[in-house]
Amino acid sequence: MINSEQVPRSTVPFGPQHPVLPEPIHIKLILEDEKIVEAIPAIGYVHRGLEKLTEKKDMYKSIFILERICGICSFMHALCYCQGLENLMEIDVPERAKYLRVIWGELHRTHSHLLWLGLFADAFGFESLFYECWKIREKILDIMEATSGARVIISTNTIGGTRRDINSDMLEHIKKTTYEIEEALAYIDKVFFDDNTVLVRTKGVGVLSKKDAYLLGAVGPTGRGSGLPQDLRTTNYAAYGDLDFEPIYETDGDCYARCKVRIRELYQSQKLLRQAIDQMPEGEYAVKVTQKPEGEVVSRVEQPRGECMYYIRGNGTDILERVRVRTPTFANIPALVHMLPGHQLCDLPVLVLSIDPCISCTER
Amino acid sequence: MGLFDKAAQKSPWIIHFDCNSCNGCDIEILACLTPLYDVERFGVINVGNPKHADILIVSGAVNQKNQRVLKNIYNEIPEPKAVIAIGACGCTGGIFRECYNVMGGIDTVIPVDVYVPGCSPKPEAIIDGVVKALGKLEEKRKKMKEKGEENPFLPEEFTSELVEIPSLTSETKEPVSVSHNPEEPK
Repeated sequence: MINSEQVPRSTVPFGPQHPVLPEPIHIKLILEDEKIVEAIPAIGYVHRGLEKLTEKKDMYKSIFILERICGICSFMHALCYCQGLENLMEIDVPERAKYLRVIWGELHRTHSHLLWLGLFADAFGFESLFYECWKIREKILDIMEATSGARVIISTNTIGGTRRDINSDMLEHIKKTTYEIEEALAYIDKVFFDDNTVLVRTKGVGVLSKKDAYLLGAVGPTGRGSGLPQDLRTTNYAAYGDLDFEPIYETDGDCYARCKVRIRELYQSQKLLRQAIDQMPEGEYAVKVTQKPEGEVVSRVEQPRGECMYYIRGNGTDILERVRVRTPTFANIPALVHMLPGHQLCDLPVLVLSIDPCISCTER
Repeated sequence: MGLFDKAAQKSPWIIHFDCNSCNGCDIEILACLTPLYDVERFGVINVGNPKHADILIVSGAVNQKNQRVLKNIYNEIPEPKAVIAIGACGCTGGIFRECYNVMGGIDTVIPVDVYVPGCSPKPEAIIDGVVKALGKLEEKRKKMKEKGEENPFLPEEFTSELVEIPSLTSETKEPVSVSHNPEEPK
């Protein structure tokens, strides 16, 4: 008989091309039988060098470059960058633009969370649930196409406001859609919360304690699932100061809790959308910018995956000296590597997806 | 086209590789599989193994690190195969072409059959690209037949030489004696 201490170790590569995760990341897994004892991530398959590219282009062209850091939360990247520059140049953004940013931001959060729910269901082999989630998501993409002309990368942000307005008919349509989404969500959240198949694969898997989450710097739903009530929308950027909401958090810290946080945030987003549409003032949606950026600034927004930070330094010309991006997945990878050891190999897809990894963001 | 050729035509199975893209194209490729567009009704299935696939869908530009992975996946797909480059950056490098780590479009590394432009292309455009790739696949299959290479999807024809089975009775001088009596000691 083999002693448990002498179980031979084997190495299993995960990625860069893998059916579970559409994005290329390589994780070297060291296994004892079926149990993961060590996970060594290797990145660099999606590195393009976008931060360096912004040093060649002027600050308006950089918006379009920075939006392409990540196609899923492109609006948030542009929002973070524009808000940073507006603070640096002391521009007063019109009130209507702030509300428009909340609307597009929350639409992006809804589509991103629904996309994640689908991929998460696919990770534990529940394919029909994946289809259901993506069916609801198409309603959001239709709104994006109607308001901006594109389904994914909408490019509506600019320095000093937004590039487009949304008319009142469309706002009514968005409001109607939020009710439809809530109705459809009520149908699928029963499966995520109560279905035995889902519970077996998610409950008690990948537990991250509150202390570990804090020490490892987990952000967004990963941290909130472990009981850290940290939501940057409470710092009142854009029009969030006028809206009524509380950060959502769960205390269990497992995959089920992280899933629950995201589903509850979906409901919260619909409420925020309705509030923003009701309170929206009339008027201009952009101001002309004549100033040049000089000095440095740090800007932060809450992306669907967590906190995103931009550091921007200007030297009084159109071309910025430095743009540094810190994305939420980069902050969550230490938490993931901490979670993996001790789990079965079959739990790996669920664990990797539970932090909602965006490798494209991480590597830029 | 004879009935047999028609029956031997295969539904295209696709494999997707994210080379260097921003995820925008990847989620649109996945959206093709979901109920609104539902390419599975045409028999298009997204597979994870390159050895099962006919069409390679690549999104994004090529960089120094992933070109080796892309070549590996391309070489593992059995002939005949087609490659579709998705998005502006897959076609030419697009918005990323001036980045220091980007080498250019997909065609700098592997031959591309169909280009789908757009940033990001709509699912309708991607489905159209797959249909165009089907035509290319058919051309390649015909060329392979003309060259005389065996189509891996067709069964061997009966005219091929029969393999001789060595018979025991004619060539072995002493027939092997097998005892059926269990009581006989060895």
